[in-house]
Amino acid sequence: MSHPLVRAMVDRLVGGLIVLCVSVAAIPVLVLLLFVLINGLPGMLTPGFFTDPPYPQGVPGGGVLNAIIGTLEIVGIGSLLALPLGALIGIFLSEYGRNQIGDTVRFISDVFTGLPSIAFGIFGYTVVVLTTHHFSALSASIALAVLMLPVILRATETALVLVPNSLREAGLALGAPRWRVTLEIVVPAALGGVVTGALLAMARAAGETAPLLFTAFGNDIIQTNPLQPMGALSLTIFRNALVPYPNLQQQAWAAALLLVALVAATNIAARIYVRRIQR
Amino acid sequence: MNKGTAERVAPPPLVAAGRQRRLIAGDRVFEVIAYGAAALILLIAIVFVIALFIPALPAITTFGLGFFISRTWDPVRTQFGALPAIYGTLVTSAIALVIAFPIGLGAALFLAEDSRLRFLRGPLSFAIELLAGIPSVVVGLWAFYILTPLMRDSVDPFLSHTLGFLPLFQGSASGYGFLTAGVVLAIMVLPIMIALSRDVIRAVPRALREASLALGATNAETIWSVILPYARVGITGAVLLSLGRALGETIAVTMVIGNRPQITGSLFASGYTLPSVIANEFTEAVGNVYLGALFYLGVVLVLITIAVNVMARLLVWRFTSEATAG
Repeated sequence: MSHPLVRAMVDRLVGGLIVLCVSVAAIPVLVLLLFVLINGLPGMLTPGFFTDPPYPQGVPGGGVLNAIIGTLEIVGIGSLLALPLGALIGIFLSEYGRNQIGDTVRFISDVFTGLPSIAFGIFGYTVVVLTTHHFSALSASIALAVLMLPVILRATETALVLVPNSLREAGLALGAPRWRVTLEIVVPAALGGVVTGALLAMARAAGETAPLLFTAFGNDIIQTNPLQPMGALSLTIFRNALVPYPNLQQQAWAAALLLVALVAATNIAARIYVRRIQR
Repeated sequence: MNKGTAERVAPPPLVAAGRQRRLIAGDRVFEVIAYGAAALILLIAIVFVIALFIPALPAITTFGLGFFISRTWDPVRTQFGALPAIYGTLVTSAIALVIAFPIGLGAALFLAEDSRLRFLRGPLSFAIELLAGIPSVVVGLWAFYILTPLMRDSVDPFLSHTLGFLPLFQGSASGYGFLTAGVVLAIMVLPIMIALSRDVIRAVPRALREASLALGATNAETIWSVILPYARVGITGAVLLSLGRALGETIAVTMVIGNRPQITGSLFASGYTLPSVIANEFTEAVGNVYLGALFYLGVVLVLITIAVNVMARLLVWRFTSEATAG
């Protein structure tokens, strides 16, 4: 054992390093948000940003309406596909899944969670784009639906498992069949967790770029038909960042600000909803 | 009560027979639907695996396993090998972990252990959650315009000035390359590293901590000889899960790595990673073999990440089951 003074000094040093680490970890968040805000605001305030499609390269002005519609539609359709299925699998895991099948499903879901997002793009590309022979918003929605699935089903399972068994037993004792107990007692009691999981999954999907590269592909024309190629905010950011036109670069920053705001709003909505339900 | 004469009467049915049958039928239907949903995810998983391989087939049949060890990536002569991309993926992920591991562990210790500045815990946890939620393309945009000039003008010259005797920090710095990509990845895996390590450290039994402090150990000594040894397996799992995330990160890396298929010792040099080749060259890929080579890289990437993730899950699972058993 070394001298007490040395030990005290080492203790101080380690304490200082720990504070240093946490400060360094917090810096990127602040810097990132600050730059996105400062660089994105002017572009967002230019007329036409929310109401116009992009103009051809080199022509000043233009907006990202195509991408706003695209992101909402792609994520919307994806959620319509993923939510019912994810919730149902979550119900299965919690109510029927304490067996080999349940463990297999959990394992697959965990593997999906760890996969790089670009892999989901390849899935959408092979399953939809190659069979229909053209890029489409629908293929992006399907790719994102599979990406969202594990988040939703795990959130649903976790929420349902937390519902006390006495509630289930009370329902069954009153003569209700198991499916009604599940759908009318257990699921409503766990709704907060299910909705939170769904919102977090949607927020994550809205921010994804890699899966859209070979599915939605991008489209500068305003397109609402899900069977056609479609733009998205994340694609606008990625493509516009790399072109040498200042107005398009400004649009990239503004689209980034809009996307961050969208994701943050979804996250905050989830928190508020949970708080309201818990009261 | 005369037991001998009393007839055993069945209790009256709670509901009419027809209704009871309907109840049971309803349960059957619901059970079938639930099992069907579970079967569907198994089906999706199988289709997923097949879907990864199908577009890669032209390249798999052309290059075979030699794809893994070939250094050529030449679209003009349609000769493709994965080695430069594998190298870039491993190097950038290694840089990310070298940066994110100590910082993340320190931050996790602060959030789980430290009794000082308690009021900062809430806001800091929130900030780290926020960082996890920022889309990777936004991080990429920021890195492309803000971080690359900073690396080119300040960080890289400083490193080559102080550590330039190492081959790692030699060569001209453009700002785009392995080092910048590694820094971006470090930022992106920090939230996972911090959140997982914090939970693992919190799971260390309080009694162990108090026993160590009661024996006269300082906080630093308690961390070093009690908490870290106990949490070691769980922290390894956290590192591996961070690694899994770093390996597959696509867009932000594509925007700063310089996109050149080369293997060099200098961290300042431009490179490529598995996902960034796919993202960058997909639109310009012509011909089945070229396109197939991109998707072959996708197969390689998925295999590597699955291996890393399964290893991580096993470690974390072993840790939590040991912690609850002990």
